[in-house]
Amino acid sequence: MNFLGLIGRVMLTFLATAGRLGIFTVNSVSHCLRPPFFIRHIGSQMINIGYYSLPVVGLTALFTGAVLALQIYEGGSRFNAESAVAGIVVIGFVRELGPVLGGLMVAGRVSAAMAAEIGTMRVTEQIDALTTLATDPFKYLIAPRLIAATLMLPCLVLVADVIGVAGGFILSTDKLGFNPGAYLKTTVDYLEYDDVMSSLVKAGVFGFIIALMGCYHGYHSRGGAQGVGVATTNAVVSASILILMSNYVVTELFFSQ
Amino acid sequence: MTGTSTQRMPKISLRGVKKRFGPKVVLDGVDLDVDDGESMVIIGGSGTGKSVLIKCILGILTPDEGSIKVGGVEATRLRGKERQAFLEKFGMLFQGAALFDSLPVWENVCFGLLAEKRIRRKEARDLAVEILRQVGLEADVANLSPAELSGGMQKRVGLARAIAAKPEIIFFDEPTTGLDPIMADVINSLIVDCVQDLGSTTITITHDMASVRKIADKVGMLYKGKMIWTGPKSEIDSSGNEYVDQFIHGRAEGPIHMDILKL
Ligand SMILES: Nc1ncnc2c1ncn2[C@@H]1O[C@H](COP(=O)(O)OP(=O)(O)OP(=O)(O)O)[C@@H](O)[C@H]1O
Ligand SMILES: [Mg+2]
Repeated sequence: MNFLGLIGRVMLTFLATAGRLGIFTVNSVSHCLRPPFFIRHIGSQMINIGYYSLPVVGLTALFTGAVLALQIYEGGSRFNAESAVAGIVVIGFVRELGPVLGGLMVAGRVSAAMAAEIGTMRVTEQIDALTTLATDPFKYLIAPRLIAATLMLPCLVLVADVIGVAGGFILSTDKLGFNPGAYLKTTVDYLEYDDVMSSLVKAGVFGFIIALMGCYHGYHSRGGAQGVGVATTNAVVSASILILMSNYVVTELFFSQ
Repeated sequence: MTGTSTQRMPKISLRGVKKRFGPKVVLDGVDLDVDDGESMVIIGGSGTGKSVLIKCILGILTPDEGSIKVGGVEATRLRGKERQAFLEKFGMLFQGAALFDSLPVWENVCFGLLAEKRIRRKEARDLAVEILRQVGLEADVANLSPAELSGGMQKRVGLARAIAAKPEIIFFDEPTTGLDPIMADVINSLIVDCVQDLGSTTITITHDMASVRKIADKVGMLYKGKMIWTGPKSEIDSSGNEYVDQFIHGRAEGPIHMDILKL
């Protein structure tokens, strides 16, 4: 009896949250598409998300690219496939590691910051104040963040892809004794248009998820500093999970003919 | 707007407004009329739902039941553009000031005017300085961020923001809390000026009887979710209502019991 009640309650909470998130998403997207646009806010968010995430994303990409090359070389040597390093590094990085790692790193940085900022505005009544000053918080706070993140993540991931491949290149030529010219030629030969496209599409989707989760959890936070803390955690966790889930979906759409 | 029509229509009219949070009933059928250009003061104990009441009028909170009419228009059902236009009539001073901490003080003050594109950014700063003067703040405050101000200064910036657009209707949630008595009197005079010069309709929430006596045309007392007494300021001392008497004299003994553990 009590157990059934528990299942029912969990189900109801889940459905309520899904519905709330659905409405929030539709509302946010519709504000992204309709003028007026707060260009100054979009610009400052783009700098914050794109430019200030560069060090984190760049370092992650550099070392991961190098590790990938090393692992493939070591692992590949068991069946004489050392020569595949360049090809596997570029495909693996551009298709998967670049967007996913970039997305996760930015989720940790940006989702959390957005949830904390908007959450604090919520609990200190700043969002109510916005409303009474006839400014829609969706238009003023949420749309600029969504637009900026969706546009900037592809740029970031493009940079991450290049740095990641460069990491593999540096390690391979410097430590594993590959010929630089040959390595670069293989890299370019292996890379296809679809790989880059999928990388950028994934990045766009992840950017949208990152901003959406940050804004959603911030916007619905309640109960002072503790509430903002909970919102921040939830934003990062849910953004990370949704990134990994949507990564599968986009991969399936692109590469399963 | 014809203010002197034979059938006087209140500017703000509430009927049977109810609001609860979970099991806790905060407003339990509030009726309230405020005429055009009138200064209404709402008094009542801490936690009786005064702030909730004005948030319901603004639509920040949605009442569970009841009707809220502003200028004859049912406010609870407005959406989109209509709601936007509705909100442009209002100014509001929040109890906790609620300044935008990402913006400097001057941008806070002129936020509404800038958002409605009624002034350009270049003019906004000068205008902000002028309005800040009215609330007793120096010009150099304009460039500070809200976090650099004291509580009372934040309150006054919030007040400046509320009156900057010269709105038709202004709500003040505890405008003088946290101010010294002299500054409190300055702010009270400012509110009186808003009503007299701008012709604004105001609702002020306060615990401060000096404010009540200075700014009120009409006084209402909220207790246990209902307006238990409303009347003109002149009748407040002879209301014959023991709840009101206890409140205005600040007595611990009386019909209003504070649930406090006696040691
Ligand atoms: N968002 C909310 N969620 C749950 N309960 C709330 C919320 N806002 C207000 N309340 C409850 O409603 C009651 C009235 O709150 P309100 O802020 O209106 O009090 P108040 O009359 O303004 O008091 P004070 O004079 O101390 O400011 C309080 O008991 C509070 O617990
Ligand atoms: Mg209050």
